[in-house]
Amino acid sequence: MAGNRSLIAVIGDEDSITGLLLAGIGHINEQQRKNFLVVDSKTQVSTIESVFQEFVERRDIAILLINQHIAEKIRPTVDKYQQAFPALLEIPSKDHPYDPSKDSVLKRVQKLAGD
Amino acid sequence: MSGARETPFPTRMALTTTKLRLKGAQTGHSLLAKKRDALTTRFRAILRKVDEAKRKMGRVMQLASFSLAEVTYATGDISYLVQEQAKTATFKVRAKQDNVSGVIIPAFEADRIAGNDFNLTGLGRGGQQVLRSKEVYAKAVETLVELASLQTAFTILDEVIRATNRRVNAIEHVVIPKLDNTIKYIISELDEMDREEFFRLKKVQGKKKRDAAVAEAKRNAEREPQGEPPVAYEMEEESAAGDLLSSKDDDIIF
Repeated sequence: MAGNRSLIAVIGDEDSITGLLLAGIGHINEQQRKNFLVVDSKTQVSTIESVFQEFVERRDIAILLINQHIAEKIRPTVDKYQQAFPALLEIPSKDHPYDPSKDSVLKRVQKLAGD
Repeated sequence: MSGARETPFPTRMALTTTKLRLKGAQTGHSLLAKKRDALTTRFRAILRKVDEAKRKMGRVMQLASFSLAEVTYATGDISYLVQEQAKTATFKVRAKQDNVSGVIIPAFEADRIAGNDFNLTGLGRGGQQVLRSKEVYAKAVETLVELASLQTAFTILDEVIRATNRRVNAIEHVVIPKLDNTIKYIISELDEMDREEFFRLKKVQGKKKRDAAVAEAKRNAEREPQGEPPVAYEMEEESAAGDLLSSKDDDIIF
């Protein structure tokens, strides 16, 4: 079911990316595609969207990390995401501490816990 | 409204078969309901864990950020360097299969390859900080990997529970009523056939009696000129239902 997924991909701001790359998750595959995207104030929403789609469709990515404030920019896409793989995780960034009420997975959790 | 039912031939065998199927459906239903309940309990447990883990992750990432800030303070901005150096992941994940009350769920395990971790050239002083930050971040990623496993388990369980629930409801609201109606139909048809049979029997007996009476009357009429008294016809013409059964008729074998 999980196939050969082994990579952790990141869509985040510079600081988050630096730290995570420091931990060793950075990878460039044979097609020169990186598994991370640095998002800053100049990055277009459409770019974020398309990279998100790309990561989601790649078969070697197991986990996709995304800063919460960036997830906010593509919130509808993120909310529609129902696949089990790759696992989508919203992480906080230096300037935006973690807000559980915005997390799309937790929102589903709360909805179900209310059943 | 009789509702949906199947249309078999209304025989006794069909009745037995359908009753067996009903029994099967009821057993299946209770089994599925039990499975669904077991999964739901597990699900709620995971739900709580996910919630906790997410909050913990918030704190862990904060710590990691601080350590990176220290590095930047000591060494300056290393982001460009780090990005350039990312060629092969030394931190990967491995998928393994977990079994949660009968459902196979994949889980992730952190897989650190002791590779050529950055030369980290050009970082000069502050190399200590960098190494320390690296470790803090590695720890953070491990937490994230655990979280991801929990989340996957959660998503998959959610789907399985929904599917099981749908089947339980389908059996309860579609299959069982259908079988019930089929059984009722067969029974009512069998009863109808019995009544028809009974009615037919009555008619036949009635006719036989009338024929016998006619034959008797003829015989009496023939005997009359010869001076014999007419034989009393003992049975009544229009007998009530009970009399039929008490009288003896050779044709009836039961």
